[in-house]
Amino acid sequence: MAALWWAVILSGLYHGLNPGMGWPLAVSAALMEQKRSALPRALGLLALGHFLAMLAILLPFSMMLFLVAWEVQIRVAAGVLVIAMGVYLLINRRHPKALARVHPARLAFWSFLAANAHGAGLMLVPLFLGICAADADTGHQAAEALMRGNILTAFTVALAHTAAMTLAGGLIAVIIYLWLGLKFLSKTWFNLDLVWAVTLILVGAFGIWAAVNGH
Amino acid sequence: MNLRPDPTFHASPKLAMQAPVENYAFTVMLSPDGAQSDGIAVVDVNPSSKTYGQIVHQVIVPNKGDEFHHFGWNACSSSLSPLTGHAFLERRYLIVPGIRSSRIYVIDVKEPLKAKIHKTIEPEELFAKTGYSRPHTIHCGPEGIYVSCLGGGGADGTDGPPGIFIMDCETFEIIGQYEMDRGKQDKHYDFWWNLPQDYMVSSEWGLPPQFENGVVAEDLLSNKYGHSIHFWDLRARKNIQTMDFGENYQMALEIRPAHDPTKSYGFCGVVVDTTNLQGAIFTWWRDDDGTWQSKKTITIDPRPEKPENLPPLLQGFEAVPPLVTDIDLSLDDKYLYVACWGLGEMHQYDVSDPMNPVLAGKVEVGGIARGADHPNGKPFAYGPQMVEVSRDGKRVYWTNSLYSTWDDQFYPDDEGGQMIMANNDENGFHLDKDFYIDFPKGYRSHQIRLEGGDCSTDSFCYPSV
Repeated sequence: MAALWWAVILSGLYHGLNPGMGWPLAVSAALMEQKRSALPRALGLLALGHFLAMLAILLPFSMMLFLVAWEVQIRVAAGVLVIAMGVYLLINRRHPKALARVHPARLAFWSFLAANAHGAGLMLVPLFLGICAADADTGHQAAEALMRGNILTAFTVALAHTAAMTLAGGLIAVIIYLWLGLKFLSKTWFNLDLVWAVTLILVGAFGIWAAVNGH
Repeated sequence: MNLRPDPTFHASPKLAMQAPVENYAFTVMLSPDGAQSDGIAVVDVNPSSKTYGQIVHQVIVPNKGDEFHHFGWNACSSSLSPLTGHAFLERRYLIVPGIRSSRIYVIDVKEPLKAKIHKTIEPEELFAKTGYSRPHTIHCGPEGIYVSCLGGGGADGTDGPPGIFIMDCETFEIIGQYEMDRGKQDKHYDFWWNLPQDYMVSSEWGLPPQFENGVVAEDLLSNKYGHSIHFWDLRARKNIQTMDFGENYQMALEIRPAHDPTKSYGFCGVVVDTTNLQGAIFTWWRDDDGTWQSKKTITIDPRPEKPENLPPLLQGFEAVPPLVTDIDLSLDDKYLYVACWGLGEMHQYDVSDPMNPVLAGKVEVGGIARGADHPNGKPFAYGPQMVEVSRDGKRVYWTNSLYSTWDDQFYPDDEGGQMIMANNDENGFHLDKDFYIDFPKGYRSHQIRLEGGDCSTDSFCYPSV
């Protein structure tokens, strides 16, 4: 259980380090507006978009989980879905063109779309379902209470994850903006596409394993 | 795809200026009568090399009559845009359109000395997928490679307006037309943008019947060439404002926005003012309430000349018009270079204050009724034309041909292709005696691209700080 929460935090740090989740945008916003305060504001908007993207994926699953009888099947199906997204990203190495159409000032909207396009929310699903299942094991509850608990968990997971993401991405953005300078922008930019796709597959596989083995 | 961004992608103009200098230049080789196939010359521009100042490789295409003109990279510093995530492309391919044939070649220059054709897009495919013809300016942008076209559909390119199409930056598949609302835009030439500020500016030359067989004097004197520039909401693909400089400002060609993306101004060169034969530069800018404005900030006077020394086209005017045919802005937004193809002069303006440019330097070579030799004593045909500035701003390269049929009208007695270079150093702006390339017989030269990017390719997404 604690391990799953740590995994939620770690995934947040991991998403934050990925330039694809937006930290270069925070640097660019602060430089373009020529004021420091634009940096935290940009990070806040990026975080909002990411948080909403997480909720958009997690909430439907939290609603489904009150079908306690189908818990294992739902978790296996979710794992398969996450693996499928990873395999898709592995095969289709193209970047989503639609992201380029977003106006540069609409940071929250961009962040929401970027997170969904990369399957960032899906990566959390097996962890989230694992936490929900562990919660349910602690006692027999009415379906309604269970669902309410799951929704609360969805919010907490999304919040913890987004906080970790913002911390990691914000740290890089601030270090580059205040100390290292733009030269390090391209130096810290790694192609995480492959690693990202493989992570999705691993997390999905973990979700199936955990469901089948009753964890 | 790389694991790290291409080292020639730079976040800001300042970083691009500090990066290692160019070792090679790529220059158009153009057979004006279509007798030979066009090509791209790879020029050694590394002063410590044994083959410095020589053409060290040629990519000659299999077809004839393409008429190469402008060309550009598949990827540039715009790939570091925080919005698009194309940071792992390679700056590796030159997209070279045939302005007469509408054929496009993609040339792989990863190893400059072994540069070769990677892909050819046939004209029929371009016509079918875009409705445009005569592809011209190339820029790498948010959704892929943007290509402006001078012609619309039909045999003479007047069936529908010309415009821009988008090409996939990895597969080089043509995706389709860019415009969603073109407003008054009915002619096309150059375009460029400011990516973070999300605007684009496009310009106008004329429709294909107005240039393919030479300049049409009646059209010019009745002010029928382009004299407007268009401001676009880049991502909404919408023309938001058309600015008419006035119908006497014929041929508003090159668009050069300030490189620093925090700035909202730029320049546009006008070939000729038909009321007085002057050449002109307009500064355009966005005012506080978001409206685009412009003001004529540079004028260049014609030079009086006896009719017997002039080509038939100009005899009635008894003057040599400057003919401002190309301009280029250094990466620090400090110097604007203005090619006066008629006069035979390259001007250097200090545009630190874009509203009050100051002539800082000038060199003379070639020119109508003057034909000034290069300092090495060799001839320079026509006049200074396509100009390209090195990223560090210290070397200014240019070639001499404007456009096959126009060369013959303005310089009926000249022939040949030359590429030369001027230094911009502590001694000011002056021609380099030792850099002079005479193109192979039968070839003229046009646009130059420098290895690792230059002052008219890269778009930056972060300001110089």
